[in-house]
Amino acid sequence: MKSGSNLERVILSGNPAVTAELGPPMSAAPDEIVHKAHILKGFCDAANITDCQTAVVRISSIAAAFIAQREGLEPVMQMTCRDRNRIAMQADLLGAAALGLKNCLCIAGDHQKFGAAGKLKGHPGAKNVYDVDTTQLVGILKKMRDESLQEGGDKIEVPPKFFIGATWTPMGDPMDFRPYNLKKKVDAGAEFIQTQGIYDMELFKSQCEKARNLGVLENTALLAGIIVPKSAMMLKYMDANVSGVTVPKPLIDRMAKAKEAAGDDKKKAKQLQEEEGIKITVELIHQALEIPGVKGVHIQAIDWEPAIEIIVKAAGLYPRPNIPAE
Amino acid sequence: MIVGQQKPIEELWGMLKDFKKIMVFGCNTCVAVCHAGGAKEAEITASLLRIRAAEEGVEMNIEHGACERQCEPEFFMPSIEKFKAQDVILSTACGVGVNLMSSQIGDMPVYPGLNTSFYGAVPQAGVFTEVCGGCGNCVLHLTGGICPIVRCSKSLLNGPCGGTNNGKCEISSEVDCAWYLIVERMKKLGTLEKLFEIQPPKNWGTATAGGPRKIVIEHIAELEEKEENKATVEVKK
Repeated sequence: MKSGSNLERVILSGNPAVTAELGPPMSAAPDEIVHKAHILKGFCDAANITDCQTAVVRISSIAAAFIAQREGLEPVMQMTCRDRNRIAMQADLLGAAALGLKNCLCIAGDHQKFGAAGKLKGHPGAKNVYDVDTTQLVGILKKMRDESLQEGGDKIEVPPKFFIGATWTPMGDPMDFRPYNLKKKVDAGAEFIQTQGIYDMELFKSQCEKARNLGVLENTALLAGIIVPKSAMMLKYMDANVSGVTVPKPLIDRMAKAKEAAGDDKKKAKQLQEEEGIKITVELIHQALEIPGVKGVHIQAIDWEPAIEIIVKAAGLYPRPNIPAE
Repeated sequence: MIVGQQKPIEELWGMLKDFKKIMVFGCNTCVAVCHAGGAKEAEITASLLRIRAAEEGVEMNIEHGACERQCEPEFFMPSIEKFKAQDVILSTACGVGVNLMSSQIGDMPVYPGLNTSFYGAVPQAGVFTEVCGGCGNCVLHLTGGICPIVRCSKSLLNGPCGGTNNGKCEISSEVDCAWYLIVERMKKLGTLEKLFEIQPPKNWGTATAGGPRKIVIEHIAELEEKEENKATVEVKK
């Protein structure tokens, strides 16, 4: 046990792990975090607290993670390489550990030109940092935890005990390099991996097999990312625009059919598509968990947190295991 | 080479409108190649400023000139008397020229006529692309001759992020993903396995993060100093 986090305990117990996502608000009010934490609590082993996702300023991941933890939801704090240099990163890691946070997901972060894909102003003129990349950040966390050393070599009296995570986009270009990309992160010390949203399970399976052949999957817990589809339009958009996401046509057709079944009734169309989306999600979860080496799922119900309870129950993943701390 | 772009005439007018005697001074090396600040562009800029001054009804004397390289004093110092007769110099060199002229020609303001953009290549006439970040610690032997420092929008050293889409970068469908190019290039060269090694955190101290950089080639610098001393002694004699 490296961190003693609930997520780590569940993974080590051999049960399929479930993580969800909680996006902090663009406001100084903690209410939304508290509210979402109560919706997710009990239906996942830990929830990612995004770190200024799509390069939009929100309550910081560490602060929001602390609030979620206070409400009884185990957080996975996220740390992007976009906004901090190695000094700020390590200072925040020490601070986060001092606050009792136990999981950290290392990510590159969306480029600041993103600004919520043009929906918000964002800060396209901001200077990004990228002092270190994700693989290097993973290495820094491991060195801090296991060697009690800062990146620069100075001693840490009480090291931060994090369960170290990273992300993987198995179907991103250049696809044949992606298994090696994963290997580098795992070799650097990533103990759990959350993937980009997967709809094409066959392709995912073949990428997992390549990773397994490199001996990667025995050294990390791979959690397959599932983005809960809400509408046919959303699936089409993701297929065309989201990096590393391909949606097989039969899935888009199923959602389109659900929409058509409602005729002109828009409310009904929304309801039928959401129901179909949940069905699809449950199927994807089952398919993912059958892939050798997959140790759990990371379910993203974007702006639809109540769906997690329904999905987890329908997938037979409820109640979540209660593995007592040592 | 160093690639620059002319500042908009509005901005130039804003910085120059209160001066009476102006010299627009070009540089005939890099910025001439990118059609931004050579002798010809300095002359055109001077004309535009004269037109603007006439439109505003302001009396101004605007001259123009150029030298081969504004990054070395020996090329622009022969014009020192001309500079001294001005109120301001508008240098259309890169920022290096502006800095050096400022430090060498006395209490004369030297203003930038260009925005110095990047170290670039000219893959075809009229096209300039950023390909080197001047980070002071080159890794091109590890990345198939494709710079991850400036050609990757996130300067990643260990491979692509999750933002690659059809070989393009997440910031724009017009921008190639450097890591896509690197992987494809390394495959062709048969050296892909070089990318499997984890690159440790980079020492950015050799880049701008380490403060202003300076390189001294001692035996040459000493030789120059000796010759200067000799010249001074001879003059004294």
